[in-house]
Amino acid sequence: MRGISFDVAHMLAGSLVLVSFMQLYQDRLYALLNIFALHALVLAASVAWQAFIQDAPHLYLTALIALVFKAIVIPVALHRIIVRLGIHREIETVVGVGPAMLLGMGLVALAMVVMLRVTAEADPLAREDLAFALSVVLLGLLMMVTRRNAVSQVIGFMSLENGLVLAATGAKGMPLVVEISIAFSVLIAFIVIGIFLFRIRERFDTVDVQALDRFRGERR
Amino acid sequence: MMVVYALYGVAALVVLAPVAIALGVSPRGTSVVYGASLMITLTLGMIALLSLFGYSDPSSTVTLPLGLPWLGAHFRIDALAAFFLVVVNLGGASASLFALGYGRHEHSPQRVLPFYPAYLAAMNLVVMADDAFSFLVSWEFMSLTSWALVISHHEVRENLRAGYVYLLMASFGTLALLLAFGLLAGADGNYAFDAMRALHPSAALAALVLVLTIVGAGSKAGVVPLHAWLPLAHPAAPSHVSALMSGVMTKVAVYGLVRIVFDLLGPPDWWWSMAVLAVGGITAVMGVLYALMQHDLKRLLAYHTVENIGIIYIGLGLALAFKAEGMPLAAALALTAGLLHVFNHSVFKSLLFFGAGAVLNATGERDMEHLGGLIHRMPQTAFVFLVGCVAISALPPLNGFVSEWLTFQAILLSPQLPSWGLKFLVPAVGALLALSAALAAACFVKAFGVSFLGRARTPAAANAKETDSNSLAAMFFLAAICLVAGIVPGFFIDALAPVTKSLVGVSMPHQAGVEWLSIVPIAESRSSYNGLLVFIFVLLAGSTAAFAIHRLASDKLRRGPAWDCGYPDPSPATQYTASSFAQPIRRVYGTSVFRAREIGEIPPPGATTPARLTVELRDLIWDAAYAPVAEAIGYAAEKLNYLQFLTIRQYLSLVFTALVILLLVLAIWQ
Amino acid sequence: MIRDFALQGAQMLLVLLLSPLLTGFVRKVKARLLRRQGPPLLQPYLDLIRLMRKDVVLAESASWLFRVIPYIVVAGTWVAASLVPTFGSGLMFSWSADLIAIIALLGSARFFLALAGLDVGTSFGGIGSSREVMIASLAEPAMLMIVFTLALIAGSTQLSTMAAYMLSGEEGLRVSLGLALLALIIVAIAENARIPIDNPATHLELTMVHEAMVLEYSGRHLALIDLSSELKLLLYISLIGCLFAPWGIAGPDASAQAHAIGVVTYLAKLAVGGFLLAVFETAISKMRVFRVPAFLGAALMLGLLATLLMFVSRSL
Repeated sequence: MRGISFDVAHMLAGSLVLVSFMQLYQDRLYALLNIFALHALVLAASVAWQAFIQDAPHLYLTALIALVFKAIVIPVALHRIIVRLGIHREIETVVGVGPAMLLGMGLVALAMVVMLRVTAEADPLAREDLAFALSVVLLGLLMMVTRRNAVSQVIGFMSLENGLVLAATGAKGMPLVVEISIAFSVLIAFIVIGIFLFRIRERFDTVDVQALDRFRGERR
Repeated sequence: MMVVYALYGVAALVVLAPVAIALGVSPRGTSVVYGASLMITLTLGMIALLSLFGYSDPSSTVTLPLGLPWLGAHFRIDALAAFFLVVVNLGGASASLFALGYGRHEHSPQRVLPFYPAYLAAMNLVVMADDAFSFLVSWEFMSLTSWALVISHHEVRENLRAGYVYLLMASFGTLALLLAFGLLAGADGNYAFDAMRALHPSAALAALVLVLTIVGAGSKAGVVPLHAWLPLAHPAAPSHVSALMSGVMTKVAVYGLVRIVFDLLGPPDWWWSMAVLAVGGITAVMGVLYALMQHDLKRLLAYHTVENIGIIYIGLGLALAFKAEGMPLAAALALTAGLLHVFNHSVFKSLLFFGAGAVLNATGERDMEHLGGLIHRMPQTAFVFLVGCVAISALPPLNGFVSEWLTFQAILLSPQLPSWGLKFLVPAVGALLALSAALAAACFVKAFGVSFLGRARTPAAANAKETDSNSLAAMFFLAAICLVAGIVPGFFIDALAPVTKSLVGVSMPHQAGVEWLSIVPIAESRSSYNGLLVFIFVLLAGSTAAFAIHRLASDKLRRGPAWDCGYPDPSPATQYTASSFAQPIRRVYGTSVFRAREIGEIPPPGATTPARLTVELRDLIWDAAYAPVAEAIGYAAEKLNYLQFLTIRQYLSLVFTALVILLLVLAIWQ
Repeated sequence: MIRDFALQGAQMLLVLLLSPLLTGFVRKVKARLLRRQGPPLLQPYLDLIRLMRKDVVLAESASWLFRVIPYIVVAGTWVAASLVPTFGSGLMFSWSADLIAIIALLGSARFFLALAGLDVGTSFGGIGSSREVMIASLAEPAMLMIVFTLALIAGSTQLSTMAAYMLSGEEGLRVSLGLALLALIIVAIAENARIPIDNPATHLELTMVHEAMVLEYSGRHLALIDLSSELKLLLYISLIGCLFAPWGIAGPDASAQAHAIGVVTYLAKLAVGGFLLAVFETAISKMRVFRVPAFLGAALMLGLLATLLMFVSRSL
């Protein structure tokens, strides 16, 4: 089963992990949005390729959804929200870039160990693909945890979502209804977060979560 | 037979000590003592070489009626001992040669001369010992004589503090080794090494012995976090003794680890290698980072020894992993890499310490920030110091590169190891090794560049004079060894074959027969390195370039002031200092590892006070590990001090209580 | 035997003669992208000849080491460049130094160049040397991690074997190869002192690393130093070409025709590499000095990740 087609699929999964690392590296908000668009683009390409080699036409629809919504609509919308709310465009980090990358590497190692232990009988490339998908999920979580800016937390959530889609398509067979429900849940989550952002901004003049913690009454 | 001769040599060194006391005050005492040490160590080195090349029976033991009455003192020279004897005596011989010149500047020779031959004798005895008792007694003897040498310049206060810390850490290390040997001797308490080999301890016991050995032998070698005494003690001693401590005594500590873990402990478990690898990796990087922050030349060299011990431990850890998983050829490669680095490091570290000693003699300064421009005043010392710097930075075609290359080849064999923990640890350790190699080169650009190049920063540096011929002879000899070991490493690898054969069962493929004198560690198709050809190519390329330039280019040259972008500054204070050179690296690595902070105090305009820049570094290991322990001990000692001031009635009641408790124990315990 | 010698000699001569042309090509493309006419393609050759004819002006505080270092640097770089397969693998002496030794030879050259910066005792030289060793302390480990990855894939650290393995197409696309390529490009940019790490065309103190170290050199010494940096650029582009685009490299015992094809494809690879470098340098601006460690740290992480993946997947 080692043909060029599987190598390309593997390469695309690895590129998704790479783009997740690139997201961790960014410290400017517009650049982060662009990298997130790239993330969604790579995901769309990966899903489309899977549709091609598995001969599963409904996955093309998944790829199209990923392309249109996550690569185009959501970055543009977030861009406009940032402009409207006047959110300041530098991302404060809890840990620096270096330690964040080191943690990211540790998470990738952890994902590999877990996945390779759990799926002992499967094809080696499929196991690595699952490990990559889990890494993308963990890296998305890491981004949410180590960034103070609410917009970057939204993006972390989105990339976590992307990792789940990658895992699902790699496992050969995800009915469209599941995908539609996932897409709707993403959309709803996005709308909710958007509303919250508007409200928060109106009340407190900021979306920096550290400042919000202060207002909540917790002292560090 | 060779053992007997070696013991005679050691006895001669021991006898030399009281002779030195007698001769200490006479002006020729220095020459006699160091000259005699040189002769004796050369003889011992020859004996060791002959033993290594197989001219003696490795199983012949000599038992002397000293020590414990039912045990005696066993001495033996097998392949491992022979190799380390070569290292010890090579270092001892070159140090004695160096001291023939350097020792004349010693202002209190009677504090140094008697302990020096005793120190050499002790180190030889440790390596030759064949039972735990003589090993430990010689180990302590080694610590005590070196401690006496460390505090020989007692008028400097920090030397006294260095000696105090050194004594504490040495005692602590010996305690750990004592416990390790006690566990190895088993229930019967048979301390001979032969008996220990026959007894195979259980897994838990072996684990405990491993930890105790890493703590005990490692603290003498200088592994992090037990390294704190090393940068205090090594610079405090006279320079030839510093060379012996850094270059040779740390290797004797490595010998202790190899003997116990590879020989006495029996078949290893795979996770032992994880401990040694992790310790080695952390030590390598921390050592070189500490070294980069120093501006005292000898302290920089001492911290750098820590880094190289880390590299040796990485090689030994890999050898343990391969041995545990039944890959003997790979284990031989890794072990050869580690042991070759033992030899290489002793050579170039001694060379560098001799250079630092020569600089200290010529200028009276150890601080690099007060040196500069010495290449003009001391050209030969500068040249050999440069050779040492290039060798220690692992640059081809010298010898440091060969042992690093072999270590990298061993790392590349490790994906075949089945354990998952090692699969993740070894690439990380490989990255740490690569990082430490690059930082070491940075460190020695700083050391050589700031001390020898540039312009002189103080009058002392501007008026330095070249060293005497004995010291130079010792340094050139070591530099020549660096070059030879880098160009024809095959012979050195073959010399190590009996050692690896005795420890892991096989040895590396025979190197001397490979065409063009390359080294081929595993197979020709996999990798090979030819130091001789690389050296010849570089020489040829350089000569071709020089020839072409000579024919085609103008040969006119004139001197003028430095360009400096049109703003030349006549004051040598504007050139880069050691701490300014290290500033980018300090900013990248030091802010997290050392909490490095730069505090600038700039007075307001019009004020006449000078501006001040302070660099603040904190040794986090000292703060976290040593300072609390020292405080706790101080606190306990203060509390216990009350026992000194009791009344007679209270002392009597203490005795009475002790007696009653003993009687109670006797009554209850049946 | 004679043929092998001749091939090795041809390789050495080829790299020496082509390197100024490559630099001239990169400069021409950069100028054209900025809508300038640009210097002629052969300008670097003319620069070298001009420098060789000039007098050397040596600072009063410079030592004998300062005068010897240009020869050491050019010797080390030239030997390293001759060992990288360009038009044919299996060169006669390619087994004498593997990729680790080639990297270490370049490290030697850099060591001596950093010493040259400190030799005259000016603050410019100091700034160049200290920044150069900081960049090297991150670029070299990244390079070694890349070497590990490639050695684990190809089963050897010899460059000829690696090139032959990549050419045979046994491996296909692997994630580790992609990561290693990306890391190698970042390291190559750092080692050759190109934008965004360093600006090769400036003499402003705040933007200099390499130029600051060689500030005091003039005349024939400066010609040798310039030649060695041109050789280094050629070496890195040839390295990327022979490892990741090995098509056209003639095998060990190929015919003269195969070698001729190899030369043509090699020239094409150099042209493509030079063009891409010029586009990249024009499109991006130079980084602040203390953002460089984060950039190179990313390359080190990529290399470490690639090695980790190779270690893990070898066992599957």
